[in-house]
Amino acid sequence: MSTPLAPTRPTRISLAVRDSNTMLRRNLLHARRYPSMTLNLLLTPIMLLLLFVYVFGGVMSAGIGGGGADRSDYIAYLVPGLLMMTIGSTVIGAAISVSMDMTEGLIARFRTMAVYRGSVLVGHVVGSVLQVLASLVLVGAIAVAIGFRSTDATALEWLAAFGLIALFTLALTWIAVGMGMASPNPEAASNMATPLILLPLISSAFVPIDAIPGWFQPIAEYQPFTPAIETLRGLLLGTEIGNNGWIAIAWCVGLTALGYRWSTALFNRDPK
Amino acid sequence: MTTTTSHSLAIAAKGLRKAYGDKAVLDGIDLAVPAGTVFALLGPNGAGKTTAVKILSTLITADAGELHVGGHDLATDPHAVRAAIGVTGQFSAVDGLITGEENMLLMADLHHLTRGEGRRTAAALLERFDLVEAAKKPVSTYSGGMKRRLDIAMTLVGDPRIIFLDEPTTGLDPRSRHNMWGIIRELVSGGVTVFLTTQYLEEADELADRIAVLNDGKTAAEGSADELKRLIPGGHVRLRFTDPAAYQSAAVALREATRDDEALALQIPSDGSQRELRSILDWLDSADVEADELTVHRPDLDDVFFALTGSTNLPNQPKETVR
Repeated sequence: MSTPLAPTRPTRISLAVRDSNTMLRRNLLHARRYPSMTLNLLLTPIMLLLLFVYVFGGVMSAGIGGGGADRSDYIAYLVPGLLMMTIGSTVIGAAISVSMDMTEGLIARFRTMAVYRGSVLVGHVVGSVLQVLASLVLVGAIAVAIGFRSTDATALEWLAAFGLIALFTLALTWIAVGMGMASPNPEAASNMATPLILLPLISSAFVPIDAIPGWFQPIAEYQPFTPAIETLRGLLLGTEIGNNGWIAIAWCVGLTALGYRWSTALFNRDPK
Repeated sequence: MTTTTSHSLAIAAKGLRKAYGDKAVLDGIDLAVPAGTVFALLGPNGAGKTTAVKILSTLITADAGELHVGGHDLATDPHAVRAAIGVTGQFSAVDGLITGEENMLLMADLHHLTRGEGRRTAAALLERFDLVEAAKKPVSTYSGGMKRRLDIAMTLVGDPRIIFLDEPTTGLDPRSRHNMWGIIRELVSGGVTVFLTTQYLEEADELADRIAVLNDGKTAAEGSADELKRLIPGGHVRLRFTDPAAYQSAAVALREATRDDEALALQIPSDGSQRELRSILDWLDSADVEADELTVHRPDLDDVFFALTGSTNLPNQPKETVR
């Protein structure tokens, strides 16, 4: 971290790990005591999954499979996108809880203690990533229950899929943490983070890019969700990945760096 | 754990300056707080008290000034300063979503105590601050006084030698305020240095070894409570009447007295000594005046405060540059 730290002492790194771990435990305690926020954020992707599969599924399958296809074709198409949408939706919780933290006196207390400065943000980021992963397991389980099967994934491709999901989660979490830092209150943080759940709606999550009106295609194409979804789809279902893998990784790295720099710059600023 | 050079001053500031935009909040103040004493920073709202605490507790950086806390330079070694201090800010710095006990254990973890040490320290402090019953309840259900007590208890987890308290009793009922004073006295008897800000003159009078009156970003006066009281006159004898006619005749007889027609009271300047009191009484007898009530007022910090921070002090206002 670019934060000024303690004078060189042999245990600096272990103290940083220890303090970050303490902050992580605090955030997980919050999540466990008050699971309603995470569950609320999960409602949107789960609702959309069920809506699109059971209400629109028949029509959508016909559209995608070129007629005659049943609902399962569309389930296969939809699930990778909804998993990515789950990430975007759940990290909003990080923006809200960071903003809540920053408006409380407790963070001022942490700043006047001899603890590793980055530990507050690291605790939030790791806590949020773990919450997202738990949410993905839940949404994934529902997807499997309603008939989603990975048709064409080797062990290596599964590994790559997990790696992609982890990277994408980390990137969106840092962005969400930055949004939380930049917001004056939790409501503003929630509003600022809304694009994280709107972007997947206008990506290739629900319909292929080609099916979107021409003038709208660039918006759908040049945003982080589409390449990430296309890559995950390719890994799990064997569809064409093309350049999408590299583009997705570039988005992840870029957003992580941006979110990290943004968050730490705001955190290191003198509080009011 | 830190190699502090033997410094008799726990807090030393020279030429402390902080400005927000054009407004100089602290305009070059000097502070010297000997170890093991209580220092009170007194001033009206907006005088810069909280800013001073925030700077000295490493929360924000000063624009200028040579600042040492616990023997460590604030500019070059804030981490060492943080290891030496405990801070209770104006707004409660507790985690409302978890229980009081969990808050205490969180502090113990951040002070790198072992599990056993942490549990013992937390239990002892919860006991000391009368929070044992509430320990397992979420802090969001606590009353204002309980939150304040938990706040201080959390500050004490690392056994800091220098403690900053920003308006520790603001918003507390009289009983809680007296409890807080007891806590502060107890800390000092254990050798801790306390730096506090307050709006209550009585509080500074009760607790502080030394008091600095802050006004418009500058130190208007500094000294012990008695020294400050000596700075200004204000002692008087007050005579109160119930009968308007008696009041009128007394007022005519005692020309040098200040009249308060509404309260039917007269104020006669006096240092409150036996000799002066006797001469006033003799005078009243000879003028055949009989007051219903006679009270002696010594100047208190209120008088000092208003004399030093009143509008008569305009020359001390910070120079504001015009855009």
